[in-house]
Amino acid sequence: MSTLTTESQSVRIVLIGTAVLFLSLFLLLPLLVVFQQALSQGLALYFSALIDPDAWDAIKLTLLATSIALPLNLVFGVAAAWCIARFDFRGKSLLTTLIDLPFSVSPVVAGLMFVLLFGVNTPQGAWLDAHGMRVVFAVPGIVLASVFVTFPFVARELIPLMQSQGSDEEQAALVLGASGWQTFWRVTVPNIKWGLLYGVILTNARAMGEFGAVSVVSGHIRGETNTLPLHVEILYNEYNFVGAFACASLLALLALLTLLAKSLVEWRQTRQILQAKSLTLEVRLNATNRSSQPA
Amino acid sequence: MSIEVRKLSKRFGDFTALDQVDLKVQDGELLALLGPSGCGKTTLLRLIAGLDLPDSGQVLFSGVDATSRHVSERQVGFVFQHYALFRHMTVFDNVAFGLSVKPRHQRPSKEEIRQRVTDLLKLVQLDWLAHAYPAQLSGGQRQRIALARSLAVEPKVLLLDEPFGALDAKVRKDLRRWLRALHDQIHLTSVFVTHDQEEALEVSDRVVVMNHGRVEQIGAPDEIYEHPASPFVTQFLGDVNLFHGRIEQEQLTIGPFAQVVEGYQDSERAVAYVRPHDLDVTREAQGALGHGRVDHIHAVGPLVRLELRQEDGAPIEVALAKERYRELGLAPGDLVYVTPRKISVFPDAEDYVI
Repeated sequence: MSTLTTESQSVRIVLIGTAVLFLSLFLLLPLLVVFQQALSQGLALYFSALIDPDAWDAIKLTLLATSIALPLNLVFGVAAAWCIARFDFRGKSLLTTLIDLPFSVSPVVAGLMFVLLFGVNTPQGAWLDAHGMRVVFAVPGIVLASVFVTFPFVARELIPLMQSQGSDEEQAALVLGASGWQTFWRVTVPNIKWGLLYGVILTNARAMGEFGAVSVVSGHIRGETNTLPLHVEILYNEYNFVGAFACASLLALLALLTLLAKSLVEWRQTRQILQAKSLTLEVRLNATNRSSQPA
Repeated sequence: MSIEVRKLSKRFGDFTALDQVDLKVQDGELLALLGPSGCGKTTLLRLIAGLDLPDSGQVLFSGVDATSRHVSERQVGFVFQHYALFRHMTVFDNVAFGLSVKPRHQRPSKEEIRQRVTDLLKLVQLDWLAHAYPAQLSGGQRQRIALARSLAVEPKVLLLDEPFGALDAKVRKDLRRWLRALHDQIHLTSVFVTHDQEEALEVSDRVVVMNHGRVEQIGAPDEIYEHPASPFVTQFLGDVNLFHGRIEQEQLTIGPFAQVVEGYQDSERAVAYVRPHDLDVTREAQGALGHGRVDHIHAVGPLVRLELRQEDGAPIEVALAKERYRELGLAPGDLVYVTPRKISVFPDAEDYVI
């Protein structure tokens, strides 16, 4: 039976069925294949592929790049969102556009950009090389590329959130005598904490999984400048399928963990809202009881 | 603490929000800033608070220049139109906030803070809501908590930006009276902004009527209602009927109506304003200010509102006492004449455009 806002049973089945089929084909199936291939030669081979020294170096490098990119972009994202959501200044729309740049630029182009900027044949590259610092085909380059591609996540999450919340609460805090920092920590941060958390989760996932930009910048030196995604490619090109899929399964696990974390955050948020609502009812009921009691 | 504002000006791009405004607020008085949207009243309030900085002019507190003082050092309390309560803190923490952010050597002890917050919540009669969150409160409760929060730091001045604007009519009326009673109790210099003239006239000691960034008139409520200084103030403060006429040798002439007006210059474009309840209705044409046919009769409430239609189609609004209405026995379509009990005359008035 269909009403104005719902579809009939058959239409619903078709639509949901199509969605499930699509998701299964393009998401579930590939994920399952990764795990199936990784475990196809047995558990022993699977684990030995993971504790292989080169694989282990790749894991460590991935973690290093992420652990630098994450706090940097967190601080930058909050600062940029604060500027854009709270102030009007010349160049504001330019800043907003620049923040979106890493999204519109192909990751390969981003990597190439750093090679061209810091290659040994450029003045700054030569200067750095003379002082014993290499950027391109070395760890710093990989970190830079990771920072670049995860640039927008926190900012883009926070800007609309802070704009919709308005600055009234912060103004109220200032009038009450709070300093800038006190206002930030005690009023702003608690209000944006869910947006922050979500931005961090996204940044983390992207930093760990980045391939294109890091590939161009890294030089693929096994054991030194290989991140986990790059290592997967190397293993696959060597026909070491079990190894490749084993490392890929790690990345797939990461994707699943990210999804789980995101769902947890959303669930906590919904629970808080529901708790507050039920408390409202309680408070209102108490009020009614109180007012109906003799004075 | 008294407030003085000298030649205060503020522009936003091309728009002049305030134009050389001078104002003095006496210690302990409750002042209303009244005017239509865009007249500059909220801008003026925010400049006094220090939430915005003026382009030119000064703000003085008790005679001392405070123009360059940061908002957190001005010791003002500010109540926002949409309350601006800290949504993730309980009511108790909201009210205690101002005390908890004081520098260490000025901060009261936890016990003192608890006592002060409880006292304030009792003052606004909401002590039983101490552990609720703002989202759980009604609009009227939120506004009272916002007020308690601003009073916690013992400000010298209280500023309220359309404090009842977001509330429904009945709650607005109740809170209005409650605010007046509170002010009578604590005698804190207070300035509040409103576009509701009924609210301004009922609550305040003095009213400042503003328009286009300038002060039109300042005075006690009954004074500005009875003796408006300009056509704008007359029209803003309530319904009013408009009649065009001439002034010659200190005599106002509008059709067959004549009245001596002392001290007025000759004018071909004089305007007389009469409030609906200052018009009397008769069936005699002698000395009438105007006449028209009865178009609508609204007989609900203590006053009967009549809408008359003149020959040129312009309406006249009359508010009659119920007895007088019954005496006359009016019916729609009747031709009646109106005579004024009290008029405000302005020579050379420009038309007021909405």
